[in-house]
Amino acid sequence: MTAADTAVAPADDEDLSTLPIVPARHYWRWLAGFVVLVLVGQFAHGLVTNPGWDWPVFFDYLLADSVLAAVWVTLQLTLYGTVLGFALGVVLALMRLSDSVILQSVAWTYVWAFRSIPLIVQLLFWFNLAYLYQELGFGIPFGPVFWHVETMNLIGAMTAAVIGLALHQAAYAAEIVRGGVLAVDPGQREAAAALGIPRVRQLRRIVLPQAMRGILPNAANEIISLFKGTSIVSVMAIGELFYQVQVIYGRNGRVVPLLMVATVWYIVLTTVLSVAQYYVERYFARGAERNPPPTPAQRLRALVRDFRAATGAADRARGGPTRGGPAPPRKDAPVEGGAR
Amino acid sequence: MSGDAMVDVRGVHKSFGALHVLRGVDLRVGAGEVAVILGPSGSGKSTLLRGINHLEKLDRGYVRIDGELIGYRRTGGKLRELKERDVLRQRAHIGFVFQNFHIFPHLTALENVVEAPLSTLRRPRREAVAQGRALLARVGLADKADQYPRQLSGGQQQRVAIARALALEPKVLLFDEPTSALDPELVGEVLDVIRGLARTGTTMIVVTHEIGFAREIADTVVFMDEGLIVEQGPPPAVLDSPAHERTRAFLSKVL
Repeated sequence: MTAADTAVAPADDEDLSTLPIVPARHYWRWLAGFVVLVLVGQFAHGLVTNPGWDWPVFFDYLLADSVLAAVWVTLQLTLYGTVLGFALGVVLALMRLSDSVILQSVAWTYVWAFRSIPLIVQLLFWFNLAYLYQELGFGIPFGPVFWHVETMNLIGAMTAAVIGLALHQAAYAAEIVRGGVLAVDPGQREAAAALGIPRVRQLRRIVLPQAMRGILPNAANEIISLFKGTSIVSVMAIGELFYQVQVIYGRNGRVVPLLMVATVWYIVLTTVLSVAQYYVERYFARGAERNPPPTPAQRLRALVRDFRAATGAADRARGGPTRGGPAPPRKDAPVEGGAR
Repeated sequence: MSGDAMVDVRGVHKSFGALHVLRGVDLRVGAGEVAVILGPSGSGKSTLLRGINHLEKLDRGYVRIDGELIGYRRTGGKLRELKERDVLRQRAHIGFVFQNFHIFPHLTALENVVEAPLSTLRRPRREAVAQGRALLARVGLADKADQYPRQLSGGQQQRVAIARALALEPKVLLFDEPTSALDPELVGEVLDVIRGLARTGTTMIVVTHEIGFAREIADTVVFMDEGLIVEQGPPPAVLDSPAHERTRAFLSKVL
């Protein structure tokens, strides 16, 4: 700072704080937005007007009993595949992380094998299990059998499909769980050991809850991909959603609207899973952030509150004190949630 | 200190591969005493401390706490390694405070403190919670009980870690450079807590680089270098008139 600087300053000293501020205008951004809107509009228009979509047929079948039953089968396959797959996956991951070379090798081999075999090939193997083993028994290995059952009776198409999906899923789940556990700071395990916390409890209470943050996004991917992947068991003539839709359009020849029926169901249920994922992730993120962000529902409520407060303030400004309303705020008091 | 030392370390050796980290360490700490271990990095201080509660297995030698062998049991002429479950049970009597706190980030301060009493000692929840709140108050964090670690400063996290270690009412408390990961202005609050514990007659072994603090709280200062205890004695003896050249060289660098 020199004396000259301070001497010039008064010329610039005009008070600008009262002048209105004009935001910058983004003409190219507006143009791009307009072009995209036109394209979207064109597509939407096509969806409504193109007779090929055949919306009446679509609506006839969307909630038809046969389709709903097929959706239920798809959900069951997903549920069993996920629960059994991840249960086995956790066991495999822990085997892989154990100190026993035998357990490590078996787990590694399992993952190697089931990631190598295409799901559809594996499913067909299970479907044909009765050809390999006519009877399944329970007894001493290489010794007498106490109890046995005909394979055909025990393993129907549905069971074969569930086994196939679960075994396939387990290989991927094992790696996802292992990745999550590896990402937890080893110091956490050490601190738990220093406190004498029993091993199972170390895992359940300290390591896995922290691993869940890394596991969940990948697990959700897997569940959603399994959910859609169940359509592959249509090769085993199981009446899940995709098979059922194929049966119907095989009968009436309306391929496109029936594919849309399946598509809409897959989209709706994937959306439900995605929303569930958001809330489960939020639960396991507790403690991870200083101030957890609000949920969409909370954000919406805050928006409504702000809007009400803003319009309320506007009303008061226009009409002065309203009948029986709260006393107008004092001049010096900050206006709550008002216009900024 | 004669035969009735609270902590008794004898002839301890430990190697990591070709690296011989501990080369025959003997250390005795009496009940209610505070031993402070000083030494350059790589001298084996932390490994010794981790060996005392069997976070590191020893290659040779043994550790006794209150007369009980840690990590091994004697059968005839052999020391047999204990099962993990039994080692975990022994660790309930040995509190450990880590350099990087290792506090559980997904649990609140109070949940961190009550976890071990609930699962290791199987205390009733109400009792554990009452004790946990009292301990948090003792380290000056009564109002932070329901905060998550990431909402706390480093010094506060380390104080929660100390409360967590105290919750097991250990016979010995081990501190592994408890202030090394802290901003300078947060060191004081943690040292205050440790100082308070020293005054109440808690048996402690503290690895630290805070020489002034060592002088203040230590009954015995132990200087380690290259896997051996070079000298030990009361603070004035070791810190003001060290007998060994290596001790002198180290002190001249850190003071």
